[in-house]
Amino acid sequence: MSQGGRLRILRGRDWADPVRPVRREVLTATPEAAGDRPPVLFVPGFGYGAWAFEEHWLEHAAQRGFPAYAVSLRGHGGSGAAPEATLRAYAHDVVQVAASLPRQAVLVGHGAGALVVTRALARYPARAGVLVAPVLGGPAVLAANLRRNPFGALPALFGRRVRWKRRQLFSTGLPAEAAQAYLGRLGGASGRAQWQLLRPGAAEPAVGNPRMLVLGSPDDRVVPASALDRAAQRYGGAPLLFPGMGHAMMLDARWREPIEAILDWLEKLPTRG
Amino acid sequence: MTTSTDQGGSGSGDTAYRLEPDVSDRGETVCVIGAGASGLTAVKNLREHGFDVDCYERETGIGGAWNWRHDRSPVYASTHLISSKPFTQFPDFPMPDDWPDYPHHSLLLAYFERYTDHFDLRPHIWFGTEVIRVEPAEGDRWDVTTRSTGGYGTERTSRYAAVVVANGHNWSPKMPGYEGLADFRGEVIHASAYKDAKQLRDRKVLVVGAGNTGCDIAVEAAQTAAACWHSTRRGYWYAPKYVLGRPADQVNDAALRMRLPIWLRQWLFHRILRLTVGDLTRYGLPRPDHKVYETHPIANSQLVYYVGHGRITPVPDVARFDRYDVELTDGRRVEPDLVVFATGYLPRFEFLAPGLLGDEGNGRPSLYLNAFPAGRPTLAVTGLVQPDSGIFPISHWQSVLIARVLRLRHTDPRRAEAFAERVRAGVGQRYAGRVKESSRHWFEVGHVDYLRAVQRVLDGLEKAA
Repeated sequence: MSQGGRLRILRGRDWADPVRPVRREVLTATPEAAGDRPPVLFVPGFGYGAWAFEEHWLEHAAQRGFPAYAVSLRGHGGSGAAPEATLRAYAHDVVQVAASLPRQAVLVGHGAGALVVTRALARYPARAGVLVAPVLGGPAVLAANLRRNPFGALPALFGRRVRWKRRQLFSTGLPAEAAQAYLGRLGGASGRAQWQLLRPGAAEPAVGNPRMLVLGSPDDRVVPASALDRAAQRYGGAPLLFPGMGHAMMLDARWREPIEAILDWLEKLPTRG
Repeated sequence: MTTSTDQGGSGSGDTAYRLEPDVSDRGETVCVIGAGASGLTAVKNLREHGFDVDCYERETGIGGAWNWRHDRSPVYASTHLISSKPFTQFPDFPMPDDWPDYPHHSLLLAYFERYTDHFDLRPHIWFGTEVIRVEPAEGDRWDVTTRSTGGYGTERTSRYAAVVVANGHNWSPKMPGYEGLADFRGEVIHASAYKDAKQLRDRKVLVVGAGNTGCDIAVEAAQTAAACWHSTRRGYWYAPKYVLGRPADQVNDAALRMRLPIWLRQWLFHRILRLTVGDLTRYGLPRPDHKVYETHPIANSQLVYYVGHGRITPVPDVARFDRYDVELTDGRRVEPDLVVFATGYLPRFEFLAPGLLGDEGNGRPSLYLNAFPAGRPTLAVTGLVQPDSGIFPISHWQSVLIARVLRLRHTDPRRAEAFAERVRAGVGQRYAGRVKESSRHWFEVGHVDYLRAVQRVLDGLEKAA
């Protein structure tokens, strides 16, 4: 286990105080012909809902033969309200959806959704884990954002939602009105989860030893290159880079390139055994 | 592929002194016996650690005891879980959020079916195949002889690198011996033959045994039978399934999590019980001769309720059976026409020669962590625990540990040997905190004590990697 932390099997909190269920929105795109490709579950970051993957990636994955799913974390998109949600509750949502799929799933997390995925991997033995422009938390990411977008990022210090600038999330390739429309759809995570993002603590190791892939953009104005490298190192490898793209890689003008890379990588994964 | 050093890599049959032509060599494959809950999680975790697995299952479906279609299944129509979901589910495959706190046995079977399909375990299971012999072969390997269930067909013997025994312990009924029982003219059944409340309708029923099954049957009898006597040897604490509006085991583990000392937890539990259920002796139940947490917990909210409605008459132990009635130890006589012995089950390993699991002719294996026999580094048992909580999480972590220990034999033989040493030193250890030594539950464990021990061993192995 390369991810640090140790396997914890005494889970007093999970036993004594299980996460309360909240209604979940799950969007689905099914391939026309049933094949042996594993299901892929997309996990959006803070503020986004399942809709962010519905735009392009969900359908694209299905076209290439992968049953594709996207979940809205509680308090996001079409899922139930959860003003008190914690990272643990978000991870619970992801694990619940993953375990409900007919076969062992691949978890793909974007932004802070990548942090949620790393938590979920400690509770569910995914086929593989993919971290897209991962925001794994800690003060460095906040510092970088305070530098680039001081007024927008300042509220994060008080557990409020960040006000993103268009250029942080999207490249110039995306028409301004489309970008503005996406920005208008962004919500925010709960205050507690925002706080946890600043000091997320050590993640428990992933169970089942899944293969991991990290990708991002050197021109991402949310995740600094150093943070991307650190994330990739932690999960064993160098990041796949897509220069010229903004943070919201699944919505940006060249959305096709990263999803193609992810699916290519998944096709090459050895089957177990 | 083969790592057996004893054979010197020779492929011809005459140098291997026991490799007869009809023994098929399965190389590094691990054999799992049984596709019930413990067997399934063993297959899944061994596969996850890179092992090939052959699992033999005598029935034609998965689920073992929890599959009501199986002739050895002890479940009855109304069986529900006694531990709530967080304590019952596998720790890496949660039950759905919209299931109740205490699912019905049919939901549990659906859960195991989903687990099996989700992790694609079926291709590794040989259904309708029973294991009749497991014998040691050279190089710590094992010859496993199987045939079709029911004794049809020819026997086949395959050689495995390791064997994981997951044959369950709730299928071989334990019948008590009472004077005069043979001459008793009423119907006598073991709880394993109890399937449906219809069997009790309008009859006078004597239920013997205060385990969770005995209490369940007594409650069902209270609802349908003409009369119900419930015979117990001593007084017990009947814990409700819900306290303070939460599943009782979750409340209990909240106290455990705060690391409250046992005396404080006992005091709290007694207070809560006093406030919610009240004084058991008021209902005519015998006063418990022990504190809570000192015997296997009984979770039943309804028993005391029906005693209070006069639908269950608590009685002491049976002294003797006569032709038409039963004499109790307090001299009372009752006249049941149906006696249900809810007296439990005995673990059995008839395919293993006595002694292999460290048992000394008494049928009680002597194991380290209830899983590892001394001197047999490639043999392990899973699910042979009677926890004060759900059994499946324990089976899960046992099989993770077994897989890691087996892998260590290749990656770090010295560490593997150190573990074997630890097994030799630790066989027979108990993990039950203060539980009274009871012949009934020699494999009783406290879930926190036990998992803490497993955690320590896993941490030790981790350092090796």
